[in-house]
Amino acid sequence: MEANILSMENITKVYPNGFVANKNVNFSIHEGEIHALVGENGAGKSTLMKMLFGSEKPDEGRILLHGKEVQIDNPTVAIGYGIGMVHQHFMLVPSLSVADNLVIGMEPKKGGLYDVERAEEIAREASEKYNLKVDPKARVVDLSVGLKQKVEILKALVRGAKILILDEPTAVLTPQETKELFIELKHLKTQGYTVVFISHKLHEVKELCDRVTVLRAGRTIGVESVENVSEQDISRMMVGRDVRLDIDKEKAQAKDTVLRVSHINKVNALGKQVLKDVSFQIPRGVILGIAGVEGNGQSEISEIISGMDRSFEGEVEVNGKNAREMTVRQLRENGVSHISEDRMTYGIVGDGSIAENMISDRYYKKEFQKGLLLDEKKIAGLADDLIEKFNVKCDGKDQPIRMLSGGNMQKVVAAREFTSGADLIIANQPTRGIDIGASMFLRNKLVELRDGGAAVLLISADLSEVMEVSDRLIVMSNGRISAYFEDASEVTEEDMGLYMLGLKQMEPEEIRRASC
Amino acid sequence: MDKIFAAIFTPEFLFSVIRVSTPLILGSMAALICNRGGMLHIAFEGIMLSAAFFGMLTSAVTQSVLLGILGAVAGGLLISLLLGYFNLVLNSDRTLTGIALNTFASAGTVFALYLLVQDKGTSSSLPSLVVPNIDIPLLKDIPVLGTILSGHNALTYAAFLIVFLTYLIIFRTPLGLRIRTVGENPNAAASVGINVLKIRFITLAISAVVASLAGAYMSMGYLSWFSRDMMAGRGFMSIAAQNLGAALPLPSLLASLAFGAVTALANVLQTLNMPSEIIQAMPYVATLIGLGFFGYGAQKSSQKRSKAVLEKARAAEEKA
Repeated sequence: MEANILSMENITKVYPNGFVANKNVNFSIHEGEIHALVGENGAGKSTLMKMLFGSEKPDEGRILLHGKEVQIDNPTVAIGYGIGMVHQHFMLVPSLSVADNLVIGMEPKKGGLYDVERAEEIAREASEKYNLKVDPKARVVDLSVGLKQKVEILKALVRGAKILILDEPTAVLTPQETKELFIELKHLKTQGYTVVFISHKLHEVKELCDRVTVLRAGRTIGVESVENVSEQDISRMMVGRDVRLDIDKEKAQAKDTVLRVSHINKVNALGKQVLKDVSFQIPRGVILGIAGVEGNGQSEISEIISGMDRSFEGEVEVNGKNAREMTVRQLRENGVSHISEDRMTYGIVGDGSIAENMISDRYYKKEFQKGLLLDEKKIAGLADDLIEKFNVKCDGKDQPIRMLSGGNMQKVVAAREFTSGADLIIANQPTRGIDIGASMFLRNKLVELRDGGAAVLLISADLSEVMEVSDRLIVMSNGRISAYFEDASEVTEEDMGLYMLGLKQMEPEEIRRASC
Repeated sequence: MDKIFAAIFTPEFLFSVIRVSTPLILGSMAALICNRGGMLHIAFEGIMLSAAFFGMLTSAVTQSVLLGILGAVAGGLLISLLLGYFNLVLNSDRTLTGIALNTFASAGTVFALYLLVQDKGTSSSLPSLVVPNIDIPLLKDIPVLGTILSGHNALTYAAFLIVFLTYLIIFRTPLGLRIRTVGENPNAAASVGINVLKIRFITLAISAVVASLAGAYMSMGYLSWFSRDMMAGRGFMSIAAQNLGAALPLPSLLASLAFGAVTALANVLQTLNMPSEIIQAMPYVATLIGLGFFGYGAQKSSQKRSKAVLEKARAAEEKA
């Protein structure tokens, strides 16, 4: 039996709003192993790790490091104990250099001033020692997601971390970048480092990790050696029942064109060209997926088509009408609906009730008015109906929407966007950060809408989602369409990765097929 | 018209530009420091006013210029730390708190003035001191240049020194790196164990010390007494100057000087029997115009750049 370098015993955490995030959780890791922590969204993984890193305090239970009980009150203490965290949302300062970011909080000094040269030296040395190659002088804003992640890992290592916690590190990476990360992590393991790998991609857990701890609904379900369990076993432990992870759908029946995007070019506020001659079309009855590493032009495309952004070159036509001249309301009346990737800003009004959020795109219509006032009865009827149809778990239609979980919030958004009778549905990262059950529900809804004759544009950084749900596929890399596949079911993940990274690029004729 | 030109094209006019720019230079540096630390607020007016009052009062009581300046700094810190306490500890809205503190400083100083000298207008009956003017050896004997640059108030020279110090602190020290980190991504700062609250208070404090010197200059240099609401919007103009200067020390200094030039011009015109209501509005109109041009210019140049980038990309493609 190897020694536990760290163990968390009987951890219980209750948030002030009464939500029990962790209940008697036990979690321990051996020195020099890569340990997977898996569970659905909301299972309590993040909360558990936050307590380990000192950003939250447990209400009950204790944390042992090398067998001795420790109090981790804040991140500084955690760093002092050699615990480093690579957050899912990078904790980097974009305008500063890689070296600056590495040494913030422990800056080298010369004569009272900040010693930039020494900082760059530290960065170079660490970069070589751990085989994580980044340019110390590069500004973080110019780095790809994969490189930013390396900076995050280095940041933990130069602070003396011996235990590295990586929070869903592969969620934002291409298959190739993921492979590279795994090599780097295995390299760290041989150097004696211990890694906690949080994920819900089970094949990655099988490939990389030694042991796995499964959490469900805030409790520890089990700890297993990875070699002794199958992906299906882990998934059953995570969800508590067998879930069908595949989507039932017939072959797409393409009809007349709804959306036509022609020769879009865009330069962003920083003077960088973010879209390069992007053209495609979507007919009724088809789901077109856009895959790509985040930040390769997908968000911009979605904002342009949904009418949020008007500073671009090129044409967008919806149902034969030029979209540029239309206000967002006119666009919606012309048959566009939109699930934004930023649910909290563009999807919902947090303090508004569920009912209010459900009618926010249609409140002005005659059918919801009674004289000068809103027709409360009608709205209540609609809201109750949608809550039932979309299976929203809540205390009722008048509950403020911010009280709901991410998955249920997104169901409310979908209830609004999917019932406006739209001809074009733009779904940008519709299932990000929500649990498997809600995700499958939304994916199947998209297929249902397609079968009902809508054109669907699905933008997703989740490769398996975009490949499963879409009928046709576009891959974007560096603002350009790097590949177009007429039949999404014929593509392999490996191939997608090459196009996502821009290592492969289809000929212009092949890409032109996307727009005819 | 001739008279105006005759009044402007003199070394004395340039001297007065520097003189009236001093509080704006100090104010814009104070605003810059706050902006870099993600703590930009609108209470500079109140901080400066409180500093002007306490500077005057302390120098009158102690009969020491140095203690007077320290008193001014204490007066400025008082308002700034109140802002910090309300905004950072009690989570009040920063803008609303700023408005409240400005109003508080305005009314509070008048109230205190009345208690002291039974006058709601000025403190001229109190024996307060002024910071001395400094003649710079050698420089003062050079014609024209000497007239423009020599003989200013010590705080004016301090203001130029502080522009350099601001650059040094914000861009060249570990503290500056932390201030910028907290300003741009407080979560990143917290994740490496930086005490975000502490850095924000430090930011507020450094900025308040600088802004207090602007206040001290007003009651202990520009004038030799305190008068009600004597900052007259300079705190707000400082924020605008810092904005035009894109939160960089040198451009903010230039923007402050530009606002100062308009103010100096207004002062000259006043002596030439122009309608004073219009003239007194000039610095504020200049601020508005400046901000308008800045916004318009930024928009146009981004459109232009966007076109240029696309054309360049196209040209490169055709070549290939």
